[in-house]
Amino acid sequence: MSLIRKLRSKPWETPGFPGPDTDGGVLLPDKKVGLWVFIVVMASVFGLFTVAYNMRIELATDWIAIPKPPVLWLNTAILVLASVAFERAKAAVHKKLTGDVKLWLVVGGAFTIGFLLGQYIAWQQLLASGYALSDNPANAFFYLITGMHGLHLIGGLWVWSRTMLRVWQGFEVTLSVELCTTYWHALLLIWIVLFGLLLST
Amino acid sequence: MAYVAIADRQQELHDPQSFLTKYVWSQDHKVIAIQYALTAFAVGIVAVILSNMMRLQLAWPNEFAFIDPQTYYQSITMHGMIMVIYLLTALFLGGFGNYLIPLMCGARDMVFPFMNMLSYWVYLLSVVILMSSFLVPGGPTGAGWTLYPPQALLEGTPGSNWGIILMLVSLVFFIVAFTMGGLNYVTTVLQARCRGMTLMRLPLSVWGIFMATVIGLLVFPALLVSGIMMTFDKLFATSFFMPALISMGESADYSGGSPILFQHLFWFFGHPEVYIVALPAFGVVSDIISTHSRKNIFGYRMMVWAIVLIGGLSLIVWAHHMYVSGMNPYFGFFFATTTLLIAVPTAIKVYNWVLTLWRGNIRLNVPMLFAIGFIFTFTHGGLTGLFLGNVATDATLTDTYFVVAHFHMVMGVAPLLVVMASIYHWYPKVTGRMLNEKLGKLHFWVTFLGTYSIYLPMHYLGFLGIPRRYYAYGETDFIPNSAVDVNISITIATLIVSTIQLVFLFNLAYSYFRGKKAGPNPWEATTLEWQTPDTPPQHGNWGPELPTVYRWAFDYSVPGAVNDYIPQNQPSDETTGDAHETSDTGGGHQ
Amino acid sequence: MLIAIVLILLVIGSVIFHFVSPWWFTPIASNWGSIDTTINITFWVTGTVFILVNLFLALCIIRFRYSKDRRADYNPENKKLELWLTLITAAGVAALLAPGLIVWADFVEVPEDSANFEVVGSQWQWRFRFPGEDGILGLTDAKYISIDNPFGMHGDDPNGQDDILIRNNTVHLPIGEPVNALLRSTDVLHNFAVPQFRAKMDIVPGLVSYMWFEPTRKGTFEILCEELCGVAHYSMRGKVTIEERSDFDAWLASQPTYADTLTMPAGDVATGLNQYAACAACHGTNGEGNQQLNAPKLAGMETWYLTQQLNHYKAGIRGTHEDDILGQQMRPLAMTLFDDASVANVVAYIQTLPDNPAPTTIQGDIRRGAQIYTTCASCHGKNGQGIWSINAPRQAGMSDWYLANQLRNFKSRIRGGHPDDGFGWQMSLMADILNNDKAINDVVAYINTL
Repeated sequence: MSLIRKLRSKPWETPGFPGPDTDGGVLLPDKKVGLWVFIVVMASVFGLFTVAYNMRIELATDWIAIPKPPVLWLNTAILVLASVAFERAKAAVHKKLTGDVKLWLVVGGAFTIGFLLGQYIAWQQLLASGYALSDNPANAFFYLITGMHGLHLIGGLWVWSRTMLRVWQGFEVTLSVELCTTYWHALLLIWIVLFGLLLST
Repeated sequence: MAYVAIADRQQELHDPQSFLTKYVWSQDHKVIAIQYALTAFAVGIVAVILSNMMRLQLAWPNEFAFIDPQTYYQSITMHGMIMVIYLLTALFLGGFGNYLIPLMCGARDMVFPFMNMLSYWVYLLSVVILMSSFLVPGGPTGAGWTLYPPQALLEGTPGSNWGIILMLVSLVFFIVAFTMGGLNYVTTVLQARCRGMTLMRLPLSVWGIFMATVIGLLVFPALLVSGIMMTFDKLFATSFFMPALISMGESADYSGGSPILFQHLFWFFGHPEVYIVALPAFGVVSDIISTHSRKNIFGYRMMVWAIVLIGGLSLIVWAHHMYVSGMNPYFGFFFATTTLLIAVPTAIKVYNWVLTLWRGNIRLNVPMLFAIGFIFTFTHGGLTGLFLGNVATDATLTDTYFVVAHFHMVMGVAPLLVVMASIYHWYPKVTGRMLNEKLGKLHFWVTFLGTYSIYLPMHYLGFLGIPRRYYAYGETDFIPNSAVDVNISITIATLIVSTIQLVFLFNLAYSYFRGKKAGPNPWEATTLEWQTPDTPPQHGNWGPELPTVYRWAFDYSVPGAVNDYIPQNQPSDETTGDAHETSDTGGGHQ
Repeated sequence: MLIAIVLILLVIGSVIFHFVSPWWFTPIASNWGSIDTTINITFWVTGTVFILVNLFLALCIIRFRYSKDRRADYNPENKKLELWLTLITAAGVAALLAPGLIVWADFVEVPEDSANFEVVGSQWQWRFRFPGEDGILGLTDAKYISIDNPFGMHGDDPNGQDDILIRNNTVHLPIGEPVNALLRSTDVLHNFAVPQFRAKMDIVPGLVSYMWFEPTRKGTFEILCEELCGVAHYSMRGKVTIEERSDFDAWLASQPTYADTLTMPAGDVATGLNQYAACAACHGTNGEGNQQLNAPKLAGMETWYLTQQLNHYKAGIRGTHEDDILGQQMRPLAMTLFDDASVANVVAYIQTLPDNPAPTTIQGDIRRGAQIYTTCASCHGKNGQGIWSINAPRQAGMSDWYLANQLRNFKSRIRGGHPDDGFGWQMSLMADILNNDKAINDVVAYINTL
């Protein structure tokens, strides 16, 4: 039943159990719902950065595009691989192949760290070629946006490390792996949008 | 299927062992709610003292050496920021949201209790950081609560070094705390409703708080983004918001930044923020009015739709704060239209509150008095909003005392009257004792009449054209002496209203020990929080078995029923047969 | 029951308050009467709703107050009623919105025949610029701003050469002619507002905003900054004088163009030396000042400030107040500097004098003085060095007794009270924060330590 129909029901007309608008709906664990809500918040943060980015270009004339180090392409590929690895870990955890779960979690984490290192290298390259943070809004936005995205990944790595700990201690990790996978996909998607934004200007 | 399965699942409960885990590092939503509320009140007292300082200066300019222009501008800034964010937002969502959502939904706790606890402690940290700005060199920022750059970051504004940085850092922590709390509120409402508690059976309090949280989660990021960018401008000399300019006779190291961009981001958060405060107030007051007039809320569905609609529209009206900001003036047409559009669902809510009273059986106890005071105040404040929402009239009235009067009526006094109504209403559930009725009435009359005598004349000072945020007026030709006199009377009223809040605080403390025992359901209300097996509710709220809900939240005075209220968890066969052959009573309003 | 009566009384009281309140619009002085009309329409519509809703609220409370023997109605909703209420509200809102949008359409469309002039907002003063004969304002940029070019004029732009620069808080405008104010800020946000004109608009650094109006009433009105712009925001005042076209033309002709300010001859030190002889009698041969003769130290004072004050004396802006005995003594001496060149010469000579700190004559509580001075520092600088862009002269190392005297004069409006002394008036508002002689001594004692 659609949300609209639920909101149109007259609750006073149908007392009793279960209730006027109860059929249908999706059953998800709380933590998944929580994560999806958080992803919406994240999307809002990065969406607003994107809006601010475009408005800053429009509202002034001092924008000088910053070169995009080629290593960013490599980083993007690495982050895609990290996402793939998490997807494999998820498949493994559903098949209860603990060994594979461990393997793919390690791979996913390693690729993520690789991505962060790659981003750091990109920063170093730009700084070395004289693109300082405060010289131009394009520079400032570049460091700010990539930095914010990196911070979110580092936050993800914290959850990842706890999951690693649990899987090595032999605990049940299905939900944790699923959550990590969703989160990594979300951050990959956000990165692709941000990267597109950076490339397009 | 949906909620049935959810309701039956096991919820981990961390039963507290020691005093420390029970009252300090508690994960119980009720304890966290009280922690939030007490912290918000404590910081609110600071804000009240600041407002009294401003009023002293405005009534007797330059009489008090301890209020110099720096202190004055710091006071207006901190007063505004504390009241809007650290008091009202924290109290309605962290306080009422935490207490009411699980109880009203029939849950044992929030779905993420640990994160809920963390939310409080991060909030407390943000408050501590904010308060510490009173102690650093230069004091807190005096940029106005809107923190507009370039001013906020430049010499010539108080606290332009330490103060503004601490303010921004504190806000970032507040947003983190809010996000952790908000995830909980939203997920709990979606996931943890008990058996039979469908969306349309939720009390309006939950609807209001839920929608406010959703908006908050969407728009607080705007404050976060602008805060981070501004911190960069301050600390790393980037030029997001800072154009080329001359500061203190020298060229500052900025170029090209756009102050207007900041304003867009700020008000994309700032306007919905009004509704983050107002929607919980709308919801809570609806339930209180219904309970004490012994009648269902009139037009429940309309009320829910209005909350959703107001929430949605609130996202596309922000630039009405910027009609004369120097943005493209043609935007004014769009934003004036959306802004006046939002008046329609808001007006519907007012009508429905009043129509709930019509043919009710109204008990004029203290919570109801505050609720009626709210209707009056909110109507007044809402109507003056039409002057400011309309772009042409705003061009004259903006930045005058009319604005000050308007927003204090609509989002200062009105929500605070609801806060008071709620405290008198739910205190018996929280503590098991009633608040003293006599002191409560004294508190109500002084607060209600006092605030009106503060803000009614202020509108007229605004019509006259007296600008806000002026430390002193000196001899300004169009300002008559009578305007100075009225400032004195406003200040006296402010001091009285502030003082009477001490009576309220005393009542809170006194009644905790000496108040009349309340019993589980002193107001004979229908909603679930009054049906707990213990009062105050124990950890886990419901004893061994979760409640099952059989009806909506407003079964008051149902024809044929024994009592004039039927609790939500009471099955139909226990009321008396045909209690619900009532769908044809729509004609009660001739 | 009481609450119902109080609600009724509040409604009646509010209506009465409206009619007896002496606070209402100032008499309008521009074409924006349509804004007043819109406000009045809004007032009557919202006022009616306010009265009806609250009287109905009171009625409900009276009729349906609690009775044990009665039950409330059970009445979940009434679609028809709600629909009607929605429609009526929507109609009411539309009735307010429509005139508002029509007026706004007028507001944003600048009439073709309106003349441009520029308003420059800076912390915490107003300046103005009129296009010269070419009718075009020259290019400006914040990066060109300096003590010699406070408007930030683009030196190479031929359109700017004949621009008329008004370095003063007062502007004149002709009556009955539409003007378009182009608004520019050199530092933070400001807002150009004249209550009698009704319209107002923010001034944003980095862009030029605009606001048009047509003055319709002669007189002098106060310009207020209405966007918080720092600690002296409340003293950011200016004046606009509305007068006949001929008076306006005469006023405008007496103001310097940008080219004039460039070609102004630098002061000649040698000539200045001769002219300074008259000054030396009181102020000392080295400009060190003499307290017995009430002559303050001059050496080390900024060129712009000395020039401005000498001109104020000459024009009678200073030294004409009946209680300003000492100023009255100074005025005839200033009059002997008969033209701009002689003022420039003597000021140039003073700049060559040795700048030794004046002796300390005032004691006070330095710690309290330091607290008070945080406000002063916003304009005069942390070290009391003076900041040209704020029109705030140097304080440190100058005659402290003179400073204390002047603070008292500002407080009592002996100085700063003259209608043409815009900057002095701002200082008067600031000096008001010193609420007694002790505060003055404390802050001066602190300045002595700088």
